[in-house]
Amino acid sequence: MYKIVNKRQLGSQIYLMDIEAPRVAKSANPGQFVIVKMDEKGERIPLTICDYDRDLGTVTIVFQTLGESTKKMAQYEEGEFFSDFVGPLGMPSEFVKEDIDELRKKNILFIAGGVGTAPVYPQVKWMFNNDIKVDVIIGTRTKDTLILEDEMKAVAGELYIATDDGSYGYKGMVTNLLKDLVEKEGKKYDLVVAIGPMIMMKFVCQLTKELNIPTVVSLNPIMVDGTGMCGACRVTVGNEVKFACVDGPEFDGHLVNFDEAMRRQAMYKTEEGRAILKIEEGDTHHRPGCDCE
Amino acid sequence: MAVDRMVRTPISEQDPKVRATNFDEVCLGYTEEEAIKEASRCLNCKKPLCVSQCPVTIDIPTFIQYVKEGEFEKAARTIAQASALPAVCGRVCPQEVQCEGKCVLGIKGESVAIGKLERFVADWARENNIDLNETKEKNGKKVAVIGSGPAGLTCAGDLAKLGYEVTIFEALHEPGGVLIYGIPEFRLPKDTVVKHEIDNVKKLGVKIETNVIVGRTVTIDSLLEDEGYDAVFIGSGAGLPKFMGIPGENSNGVFSANEFLTRSNLMKAYIDDYATPIKVGKKVAVVGGGNVAMDAARTALRLGAEVHIVYRRSESELPARVEEIHHAKEEGVIFDLLTNPVEILADENGWVTGMKCVKMELGEPDASGRRRPMEVAGSEFIMDVDTVIMSLGTSPNPLITSTTEGLKTNKWQCIVADEETGLTSRDRVYAGGDAVSGAATVILAMGAGKKAAKAIDDFLSKN
Ligand SMILES: Cc1cc2nc3c(=O)[nH]c(=O)nc-3n(C[C@H](O)[C@H](O)[C@H](O)COP(=O)(O)OP(=O)(O)OC[C@H]3O[C@@H](n4cnc5c(N)ncnc54)[C@H](O)[C@@H]3O)c2cc1C
Ligand SMILES: Cc1cc2nc3c(=O)[nH]c(=O)nc-3n(C[C@H](O)[C@H](O)[C@H](O)COP(=O)(O)OP(=O)(O)OC[C@H]3O[C@@H](n4cnc5c(N)ncnc54)[C@H](O)[C@@H]3O)c2cc1C
Ligand code: SF4
Ligand code: SF4
Ligand code: FES
Ligand SMILES: [Mg+2]
Repeated sequence: MYKIVNKRQLGSQIYLMDIEAPRVAKSANPGQFVIVKMDEKGERIPLTICDYDRDLGTVTIVFQTLGESTKKMAQYEEGEFFSDFVGPLGMPSEFVKEDIDELRKKNILFIAGGVGTAPVYPQVKWMFNNDIKVDVIIGTRTKDTLILEDEMKAVAGELYIATDDGSYGYKGMVTNLLKDLVEKEGKKYDLVVAIGPMIMMKFVCQLTKELNIPTVVSLNPIMVDGTGMCGACRVTVGNEVKFACVDGPEFDGHLVNFDEAMRRQAMYKTEEGRAILKIEEGDTHHRPGCDCE
Repeated sequence: MAVDRMVRTPISEQDPKVRATNFDEVCLGYTEEEAIKEASRCLNCKKPLCVSQCPVTIDIPTFIQYVKEGEFEKAARTIAQASALPAVCGRVCPQEVQCEGKCVLGIKGESVAIGKLERFVADWARENNIDLNETKEKNGKKVAVIGSGPAGLTCAGDLAKLGYEVTIFEALHEPGGVLIYGIPEFRLPKDTVVKHEIDNVKKLGVKIETNVIVGRTVTIDSLLEDEGYDAVFIGSGAGLPKFMGIPGENSNGVFSANEFLTRSNLMKAYIDDYATPIKVGKKVAVVGGGNVAMDAARTALRLGAEVHIVYRRSESELPARVEEIHHAKEEGVIFDLLTNPVEILADENGWVTGMKCVKMELGEPDASGRRRPMEVAGSEFIMDVDTVIMSLGTSPNPLITSTTEGLKTNKWQCIVADEETGLTSRDRVYAGGDAVSGAATVILAMGAGKKAAKAIDDFLSKN
């Protein structure tokens, strides 16, 4: 059993939790993820490691409520337990092993989309702890859905915020902002790390390919075990099939087949829709003639 | 009792039509009377050939004689000397090529139903709460076991009996390995049979830490150096699924058998109030002909689909157990033999709409001794399916070998280990089961766990 030692609501649908999991905290690195299972009947939910405290033995997760499971997870309170919490899974970000002096010479830009801000945070913090100043763009729908602004400001070099509706910071998409930074403000980047919705990563990669900037993305396909045992997470990268849970989740964004990845991500939509209907309509859902059975 | 020595005592099974719609066990097992009747067919051979074919050399004639006499507890104790998982092996061993394959009665008539009798005895011992465990005093030495499949459970159990402090580290949230995530409920009941066997191992004092992935959460070196284990046994299985590499294989609706079975067995997606989803579609093709393919097919059938087994050789080459093929057919699984997929077709949203196949014919025997399947020219056709389950075999997962310096593997990614001791190329590190042999059987994995436990004891009692 894994105790929730801290819970905080970051936005209308976004929650942060610190979980007591000393073995995971001890081995965690930026770029890796965990799998949470709430109780006996729960599914295995992959979530990026957003922070970790090796001394306290805690791991921070940030999640957005989407469907049945994440909604249920948001109802858990401090002092309660998850039955399972396994990790760290996947490979650490490549820079963790790179030569620090080489890394310091690079101009790096992180682009975070929505709840993707959470997984970007530990990477930027790692840079900060190693005396590397990096720029960060956080893109979000509107001011109310912006998360971790203060935390990010404390560790980033320049922090840029973009909102779709212009309610805060730059008005527009992260790709518009990146284009402006490079073309109007003369910014030069040697590496972009983009984490967010698949569609955002796809368009960032299209742009950075034009701009000739190597780009790393973090993929979040459907997963089950997270150990390389099922192949649910397979993605095509440079015409090779990879298992994102063990070979990734980070890949060279210019090689990823995003269209396929997005199609595969939608695989369980109808089933989930059914489950949500069941929660919202209770037993009345099982009415005769309902064709979602 | 008048018994026709040449004919097997029939065993009751759920009716095929009924069981095709539920996940309850297919075979209902012998009653006491039936077991005694079947046991009385055994000739109690002086040189029992059956025993020579049992990988863990259970004293088969002795336990069967006890069954004949109605001394079921003594029968259970006899089996327990050699096997820790009799309720499992009695159900899933390929008996027809092992113990029963060499039974002398099989020459003129039907061999003794050794597996079914073993299962009867194990079930009887469980239902009557017989405690078969005898453990020695603790000796203060610690062994780490990686993986809780048959190899790991057996190795851990044997070492605990000898007085070692044993911890099993398991990557998944539930122990049991393939017994839990792979083999379906209707062949191997989880709550009664598998959990009971695992509880027995726990009762011996073995600690099981789930949610620990060796190679990620900890490493073999950290177990030996930081956590003070005196030796490590690797029983991590062969869980990495293979795909065909044909166009369209990443379409929505193409799964590995491992994914499909894990969703159904481990995550219990077939039960309504479990959260994990499973997709089965209306028409399913299961590609492959082994036990795993039969399990996937029969699971899909129970979830309501029309199911086809698509296999490139002919019936006589099907690698699955005869009993499983027979059960699958009875339940209504359709066999499309001498058929090989070449492409998976999908609609604009990526969903499977069909599978392009070619017909095959058998040519000269190949290296495996089986006749080589060859494409029949111009025989291409499209199978109308919306789900494809790839069941093409598995290989060991490289997570451990890629994070353990000096641990040798062969070209199939299998860990190289001594056949008798399980010792690997690393000091104090032993391995066995599917991780060493590649995908094999429960009983062979158990045998390897046993041998390694003995070797670890030999080594640690000297050092
Ligand atoms: C490596 C990785 C890291 C992730 N990190 C985060 C994170 O830090 N914060 C966060 O909020 N979300 C993260 N996700 C996504 C998160 O796992 C899903 O949002 C969650 O599983 C949705 O569950 P649900 O039942 O509430 O929604 P559902 O209604 O079941 O599904 C909604 C959508 O979530 C995705 N999803 C559903 N099941 C799975 C699954 N088993 N595996 C992966 N995706 C699934 C699908 O895209 C689906 O369309 C990550 C996913 C992966 C693979
Ligand atoms: C669907 C199916 C049906 C089968 N049917 C039969 C049958 O009828 N008869 C028969 O005899 N055999 C059958 N087999 C084969 C048999 O199940 C295997 O040969 C046997 O389970 C191998 O045992 P094992 O202990 O070596 O490995 P496994 O049973 O595979 O167990 C390995 C365990 O190690 C864990 N693990 C892996 N990596 C790590 C890691 N890095 N850290 C921690 N834990 C890890 C895994 O999660 C797993 O729990 C079947 C197999 C399948 C898949
Ligand atoms: S363990 Fe398997 S091979 Fe040995 S006697 Fe039992 S069923 Fe036969
Ligand atoms: S070979 Fe057959 S008849 Fe002889 S002891 Fe074994 S089971 Fe009995
Ligand atoms: S999630 Fe199962 S192999 Fe990646
Ligand atoms: Mg879900």
